[in-house]
Amino acid sequence: MSLDPEVVRKDFPIFETRMRGKRLVYLDSANTSQKPRQVIERIVEFYEHENANIHRAVYELAERSTAAYEGARAKCAHFIAAPSPRSIVFTRGTTESINLVRYSWARANVREGDEVLVTEMEHHSNLVPWQLLTQESGATLRHLPVNDDGMLRMDLLGDYITDKTKLVCVGLMSNVLGTINPVRQLADAIHAMGGLILVDAAQAAPHMPVDVSELDADFLAFSSHKMCGPTGAGVLYGRERLLEEMPPFHGGGEMIREVFADHSTWNEIPHKFEAGTMNIAQAVGLGAAVDYLHSLGMDSVRAHEMELTAYALERLNAVGAEVHGPSDVDQRGGAISFNVADVHPHDLATIVDQEGVCIRAGHHCAQPLMRRLGVPATARASLYIYNTREDVDVLMGALEQAKGWFA
Amino acid sequence: MVRMSLDELYKEVILDHYRTPRNRGRLDPHDVKLERNNPLCGDELELYLNFDGEDLVGIAFEGKGCSISMASASMMTEKVKGLDVKQARTMAESIKRMMAGEEPGDINELGDLVSLKGVVKYPVRIKCALLGWNTLLEGLDEVP
Repeated sequence: MSLDPEVVRKDFPIFETRMRGKRLVYLDSANTSQKPRQVIERIVEFYEHENANIHRAVYELAERSTAAYEGARAKCAHFIAAPSPRSIVFTRGTTESINLVRYSWARANVREGDEVLVTEMEHHSNLVPWQLLTQESGATLRHLPVNDDGMLRMDLLGDYITDKTKLVCVGLMSNVLGTINPVRQLADAIHAMGGLILVDAAQAAPHMPVDVSELDADFLAFSSHKMCGPTGAGVLYGRERLLEEMPPFHGGGEMIREVFADHSTWNEIPHKFEAGTMNIAQAVGLGAAVDYLHSLGMDSVRAHEMELTAYALERLNAVGAEVHGPSDVDQRGGAISFNVADVHPHDLATIVDQEGVCIRAGHHCAQPLMRRLGVPATARASLYIYNTREDVDVLMGALEQAKGWFA
Repeated sequence: MVRMSLDELYKEVILDHYRTPRNRGRLDPHDVKLERNNPLCGDELELYLNFDGEDLVGIAFEGKGCSISMASASMMTEKVKGLDVKQARTMAESIKRMMAGEEPGDINELGDLVSLKGVVKYPVRIKCALLGWNTLLEGLDEVP
């Protein structure tokens, strides 16, 4: 089933909004995606017909809200082919999911002399928590280098994954370069050494099929807001065995089994990690987003983006832009970072905005990678299900205008 | 109409300073050197100052950034060179007031710098325009 972006576009009310009198050309979905009517209406429906706190009350309304919330968990499990909803912890988003692993698993398991491996292309959210952890524990943080084509230096793996490595933290798809990383190969390498792998799927989950068994991931994190869902919800997948062993993250209501004056016992997983009243409506909205993406088919989503990414890369090359990251669309997603000679990314973003085009300019929460690329900032256009060739064409026209200003 | 509004931001004098920055480079020796950046956007600036008593006799900058940040820094160096510390501080405060949408004071004193007024309509770019000036204010506190 192929995806028609013009039809998809009609599901998204925001595209009825005009920007400076022009068609809204939204090319910043790697930052946050737009939301389809199906998700917006599901959230409204929840608040109008099902709202109550979950897991706490005996009345019918609370049964409904609990069913909606737990139903969303089951949808998320299915979405990443997780063996059971018990392995799905709801969080505020990818950042909180990663910090949960840092505070819970890693604090108990990473010690002085151990190593944690990240890559040179990680988003700050999959780098800074590991800086904090290693500084605190006396462990060493290492960075797997990136080559000039924006790919991981897998030839160096033997030097970087050793019996000292306790955890590998890697993005499945780079938010800057678009690179799809060989996560299974990294998983096999670290598992052979007895360590674990955490996969940051914030960029990948919205754009391609993700299967935790195929990846052999121990932990995998993603965010609702980048995949058509609301802000404030995200997922941490963890192997059940690991989640069972891990100490709690936040303490409070709902995560406990029994509380005494001086100690407590913990609820079963995943509730052990869900302290306090969660973002219930947001989790329900995420469930609706999963349904929406399933209705399109993740294979179709990926195929559409590959086709459109190839077109955008070709057009960017034609206007003389310097594109960072792999040129082969089999090896990358639709987040495209580029520089246009003599036009700073900020100026570019301001000028194309006049044409109703939303692109990101800056370091994209990946300052070490910017240094590696030798640029202070890049412009980034990122594609999604509702983007069309026309969107790419409007961007190119605007880029030509921008070049005119600084020629 | 679109062209008109961008014209307010990218005035010819701004583009001129961006293409041909004044006082660009390093001062060696120097009394003060400061490195500052706008962490969210990646603009980077190095500012060098030399003083003779209370007078700012030398100023130069190096940096990487957008047209607004670099042009503003370039115009700043031209404008404050030769002023005393108090005058330079007054000018920097005027620019900051202008960027906050307030009356900057004596427009004639500001000269070309008034061209930066268009930036006020682009709130996210105000910090670009102020990078140089905020760095200068810090540097003036370090007068030996």
